[in-house]
Amino acid sequence: MSDEDELVPVDHVPEGAELLKIRNLKIEATAYPPGEPPQDIVIVDGISLTLPKGRVMGLIGESGAGKSTIGLSAMSYGRGGVRLTQGEVLLNGAEIREAKPGALRRLRGKIVTYVAQSAAASFNPARKLMDQVTETTVSARGVARAEAERRAVALFTKLGLPDPETIGNRYPHQVSGGQLQRVMTAMALCPEPELVIFDEPTTALDVTTQIDVLAAIKDAIRDTGVAALYITHDLAVVAQVADDIMVLKAGKTVEVGTTDQIINNPTEQYTRDLVSVRSIDHEEKAPTADPVLRVEHVTARYSGLKRDVLSNVSVALHPGQTLAVVGESGSGKSTLARVITGLLPPSKGRVTFAGRTLSNELAGRSRDDLRELQMIYQMADVAMNPRQTVRRIIGRPLEFYFGLRGRERDARVDALLDEIELGQGFADRYPAELSGGQKQRVCIARALAADPKVIICDEVTSALDPLVADGILKLLLKLQKEEDVAFLFITHDLATVKAIADSIAVMYQGKVVRYGPKSEVLSPPFDDYTDLLLSSVPEMRLGWLEEVIEHRRMESAGH
Amino acid sequence: MHPIVKFVAQRILLGLVLLFAASIMIFAGTQILPGDVAQSILGQSATEQALANLRAELGLNDPLVTRYLDWLTAALQGDLGTALTNGQDIATSMGQRLGNTLFLAGWAALISIPLAITLGLIAVRYAGKWPDKLISAVTLTTVSIPEFLLGYIVMFYFAVQWRLFPSVSTVYDGMPLLDKLNAIALPVMVLVMVVLGHMMRMTRAAILNVMQSAYIETAELKGLRPFTIIRKHAFPNAIAPIVNVVMLNMAYLVVGVVVVEVVFVYPGMGQYLVDHVAKRDVPVVQACGLVFAAVYIGLNMLADVIAILANPRLRHPK
Amino acid sequence: MRIPPSAAIGLIITVTYFLGAIFADWLAPYSYFEVVGEVWEPSSSEFLLGTDSIGRDLLSRMIYGGRITIFVATAATILAFVTGALLGFTAAVAGGWVDQMLSRLVDLIMSIPALIFALVVLSVMPVTMPVLILVMGLIESTRVFRLSRAVASDIVVMDYVEAARLRGEGAAYVIFKEILPNSLSPLVAEAGLRFIFMVLFISTLSFLGLGVQPPLADWGGIVKENKEGIVYGIPAALYPAVAIATLAISVNLVADWILNRTSSLKGGRG
Repeated sequence: MSDEDELVPVDHVPEGAELLKIRNLKIEATAYPPGEPPQDIVIVDGISLTLPKGRVMGLIGESGAGKSTIGLSAMSYGRGGVRLTQGEVLLNGAEIREAKPGALRRLRGKIVTYVAQSAAASFNPARKLMDQVTETTVSARGVARAEAERRAVALFTKLGLPDPETIGNRYPHQVSGGQLQRVMTAMALCPEPELVIFDEPTTALDVTTQIDVLAAIKDAIRDTGVAALYITHDLAVVAQVADDIMVLKAGKTVEVGTTDQIINNPTEQYTRDLVSVRSIDHEEKAPTADPVLRVEHVTARYSGLKRDVLSNVSVALHPGQTLAVVGESGSGKSTLARVITGLLPPSKGRVTFAGRTLSNELAGRSRDDLRELQMIYQMADVAMNPRQTVRRIIGRPLEFYFGLRGRERDARVDALLDEIELGQGFADRYPAELSGGQKQRVCIARALAADPKVIICDEVTSALDPLVADGILKLLLKLQKEEDVAFLFITHDLATVKAIADSIAVMYQGKVVRYGPKSEVLSPPFDDYTDLLLSSVPEMRLGWLEEVIEHRRMESAGH
Repeated sequence: MHPIVKFVAQRILLGLVLLFAASIMIFAGTQILPGDVAQSILGQSATEQALANLRAELGLNDPLVTRYLDWLTAALQGDLGTALTNGQDIATSMGQRLGNTLFLAGWAALISIPLAITLGLIAVRYAGKWPDKLISAVTLTTVSIPEFLLGYIVMFYFAVQWRLFPSVSTVYDGMPLLDKLNAIALPVMVLVMVVLGHMMRMTRAAILNVMQSAYIETAELKGLRPFTIIRKHAFPNAIAPIVNVVMLNMAYLVVGVVVVEVVFVYPGMGQYLVDHVAKRDVPVVQACGLVFAAVYIGLNMLADVIAILANPRLRHPK
Repeated sequence: MRIPPSAAIGLIITVTYFLGAIFADWLAPYSYFEVVGEVWEPSSSEFLLGTDSIGRDLLSRMIYGGRITIFVATAATILAFVTGALLGFTAAVAGGWVDQMLSRLVDLIMSIPALIFALVVLSVMPVTMPVLILVMGLIESTRVFRLSRAVASDIVVMDYVEAARLRGEGAAYVIFKEILPNSLSPLVAEAGLRFIFMVLFISTLSFLGLGVQPPLADWGGIVKENKEGIVYGIPAALYPAVAIATLAISVNLVADWILNRTSSLKGGRG
């Protein structure tokens, strides 16, 4: 094949030399809006960066900033029809943007490798891990299989995987998510590449697992001396591993600098906002004598499951206050919400609301019970019927609970839209025409329309970018003051908890392990799990990761 | 016991239960419905006495459950009863015809399955380009054409105009294999065209689905050759959906066989069934229905068993 | 909205056939049963498509045959949809034993190929048009049930349906206001595919002599009447067959377009 003859970038460049140089890169894609002619859209425009051998550069930005697209351009790869249309991508001085398929094949997976966000989906379910980890090392690097496997085992050991000698014989579904992410890192490092692209490698993991994987990746990068592009939306995470940081917004560079400069001395307003995110000040309110919602000794399990998802859970929520329920996935915190709303009847215990005992079953609850207890979901996209306008979505509870019709109802909808800081122009839009933050605001308005006493917020900011999430939290606090509504706030994110809670319940494996006013829960002495959880929240300062790893008492459950 | 044995056993058991239920339905469908078998055999002009005699002879006066159990017990022992119209033993008349039908359907499957998978792969390899569009257009046409039209077009050209093959597919015992193949060439051609369209379209969808998985992107980012990606990463995961598609399409083959046999006057099960439906010969219809259902349920069961065996999560449990 | 040329052609042909069926009385030059010429006369200015096996005008028979084919197929499709979609949605919303019972029953009916099942039933039922529509419609409703249940099950787990339930909305509101608007487009596309299948189904039955009975004839029946002519090179049997194929392809083109516009649900008749 003729495309094999082209000059390829060579390995083994001296330390400190320019490994990757991107100049004025422009990336475009073709969008196919339904019913309209296809149109070209610009995803990334005028990006330039230089990455010397052995350095780590963090690419940070919100969703849609183009950070993954830029990362993949270092392999000259356009995901889903994305095209690198202008500029230069130089790897070891050789232009690869327009390189032929044969040359790119020798580059990808050997000189530049990739670690994806979801390792669980990125491994072939039908083949053993070892085969996949050593695949390019054996086929293209000309290394003997035994040698490649020895390398892989060494990497498994370095990355802290259990049973490094035998874990390679397992299939992807036989190891946990945190472990798979490490195996994927091993797969990227095994062919001894020059550059590794880490694309949100810890985002899908629980907080306590994230720290271990992050530390493992950092050690591996340092020990192998490989260069890396580290892509994430979390500035606190990237601050722990990167030497330099590039801040991106809507496909353009906002600011580039050393990690120290970006974190401690940002020049652009956007960067300053990112650094100071979640610095909300919230005065803690004292518990009252008469809680509005009481969960008493609740035990629950899903039918067909052998063990309880909740066991003997008791918490109380006071009027006009916020109770944060914190825990990792599988801790039972969302199940608690299902019990309170009546979707999952508990096997033991009861829920009282405004002095009356709530029926265990949804069907047995009065319309007022339903009205006064509202819910907001994590994924605002699927929490609204895509075929209904904002006016109908917010208007339906007004009709349903208060019998409001026509102009009266519309006036109330407009008032609610003002309250959530969207304005009346949004009333006739469909959910698809709103941004993520706007959607969540509409969901909040729908809950408010019922004039509730309690709103259950299930991970309402988890799917949002940090700055947008900040806006939502501030809105919720404002509404709490105005409407005197209480929030049951379910989250895995301790930073959010610190920002808005009055009291906190920490859940672990279906039990409440720590519960009380915020100031007490967050002050030592800690139980082991709370200590682990608290110490796992990345802090926006350099050297934090090392301190945490040094001081941990309990291993995370994600192993 | 390895869990996979359990899954397979469960699936086979389910198939048997389904077959049993299907036998009840076939029996009920011919007995409970508001039609009098005796009346339809003898016609409107029959006397009351003649009707009563025939009902007694057919056992129509026994309770329904008794009749069903008698019928099923006999069927399980290979006794499918006798035909009303000519008094012949059904199992004997059917044996030869079933063999003929399986011979015809078998050759159609043998040709269409590899062809469909190959075309499906080509369509995926060139997804959105002209080979894909051409294949899609042709298959869209073939799935929209009734089997008998395909049959007559093929007959018109290959038998009448060009005189390449016989227009009537006569086969008999002891006929040399090559002559037999020559006789069934046209019906096989029609069946292949009928099944190919459906099978190829569904194969294409199944493979495209696999090709869009994240692990295929991983393989691309490893710089593997397209052929290696398909062989090592796509194929092992596409086996189960493709087998499923193939088996699903055997249903079209079953339907297609009935029509094609009539068109080419082929002495198989389809012709036999259609003849006796027209004559309202209920015992023959029941027997044929049972055999068709058994074959169909068996194929579906086989598809599911293969899918279970190909699933790495079941083969290598945690 | 931009309609691709293939879908436009499909739409035009489909509409033409339907108009032909509706206005058959005005369009047909002769009645469908009257013998007006010799056997199998070739096409002429008098008989545009020639005459059939006993000397009736083929064009007139085609027009009236089209009316029967389209009427039976449409009626059976509507029956299949009303039954299948209603039960499918109910199963998805109700869940539990209602869902189990309906789903297992449908599994059972689908465990026998549709044509075979129809033949078994028709062997004891009087073969009249209402019976044909009923049998075809009910057998096909199982396929519609599967699809609508699958589509509705995907929607039922959405948070907006849960939100409606938590609000206290009844099952009717959930089905008609939340599920139906969101499942309409795959169902419309499916209706097209089901209609094609009905056309092929009734044609096949009539071709086998077990569908529409003489002297009435649908397109499948006309093929049967004239099939002997093929061997003598007389194309009378091919016209109705081509009519069936073009109608099916046209509806398919339209359905394909709707399907591509909305989702990647797979069609087919299984």
